[in-house]
Amino acid sequence: MPPTFEVLQPTSPDEAVAAFGDGDGVTVVAGGTIVLPDLTYGRLRPRRAIMIGDAGLDGGGRENGALRYGATTTVAALADAPEPLSRAAGHVADREIRAVGTIGGNLCAGHTDSAPRGDLQAPLIALGATVRSAGAGGEHNEPVEDFLAGAGGRLVLSIDIPDTPRRSGYARLDRPHAHSYTILAVSIVAPPDGFEGVRVAVSGTGPHAVRCPAVERALLAGEADAAERVLDDVDPSDDALASAWYRKRVLPTLVSRAIDDLH
Amino acid sequence: MHIVVNGVQQDIESGPLTPLLEVLREELGVLSPKAGCQQGGCGTCTVLVDGEPRRACLTAVGAIAGSEVTTIEGLAGPDELHPVQQAFHDHYAAQCGFCSPGMMLATVALLDRTPSPSREDIVDALRGHVCRCTGYVKILDAVESLAGGAR
Repeated sequence: MPPTFEVLQPTSPDEAVAAFGDGDGVTVVAGGTIVLPDLTYGRLRPRRAIMIGDAGLDGGGRENGALRYGATTTVAALADAPEPLSRAAGHVADREIRAVGTIGGNLCAGHTDSAPRGDLQAPLIALGATVRSAGAGGEHNEPVEDFLAGAGGRLVLSIDIPDTPRRSGYARLDRPHAHSYTILAVSIVAPPDGFEGVRVAVSGTGPHAVRCPAVERALLAGEADAAERVLDDVDPSDDALASAWYRKRVLPTLVSRAIDDLH
Repeated sequence: MHIVVNGVQQDIESGPLTPLLEVLREELGVLSPKAGCQQGGCGTCTVLVDGEPRRACLTAVGAIAGSEVTTIEGLAGPDELHPVQQAFHDHYAAQCGFCSPGMMLATVALLDRTPSPSREDIVDALRGHVCRCTGYVKILDAVESLAGGAR
């Protein structure tokens, strides 16, 4: 069936930014693991689609004391990324999906009716990552949690992870079958000693991953039941994988395991 | 744009965002990759793109311009079976056959990168492929029989 919308294939970051404009009516296609099924199933009817896979947004390296990952860096290529990002990346779907799915696409993936997506959001929040994006108002640079809470309509260009000494911890809950989505996952990043500036983030409890300030404060204060405080930070809903009740019952244990995992 | 399918260059008329699965089945008449879940989760659409296993249902054809696509028909000639096909046959690793092309192509790619895979390596490589008939054990046995041997 012939497309009834415009498809652009920019070949440089500048071309991609120009094609994106202010993002109005634009569908961005990176790896395609989310957009193509949405097109096949009629969930998405784009007006203009931009395929950014060949737009030179896959570069990476060091930039001002941070590790920079271009938006179209594949999930598979994150195997060497800092923990807990690399661990979370290794658990995304299967190797064929990881080979083409991108960090930018995962960052922008929302919760579907049935399952949470965007497993890389929580590790990125915990790592204190920032997002460079284009769109209305020009180029922005902001923490991942602010980007996720924003109105959307941005073209992710790159993600920076500060390169600082740290401990990290990670715990996840998933279903034991192929192509399983992660129901819940907890990411913690702490300094080499103590909990000054500790960052805790959770995925699977809402439309996108969230930071857990109550847990962070409790850890810094040395409270014994810091893990329980996570219920002050999240308000999970039911979905096809698990009920809100189940998530609330399991989450403190997962937080506790992530704390024990700090290394 | 063009792609090369089983060694033959094909000029593609479908738009760049058309899934490779649709291009293969509808435009080119290559029916071995299957439309199963059509969202990347079942593995029945799997083909090799430049030797790497890919879900054709969510590969935009415009993203693989000029690439070499291999389907099960392209593994061996009409009068012979590829060692992977022979092993699947010998071990009764196919019943209805719906998952088989994807399973076998993923196996070819696995043996290419890991000539002597462990059982765990095999499970990891085939993790994204669903089979409703065999219970998987015979498929794993078939692949294991190829470890360290003919490819």
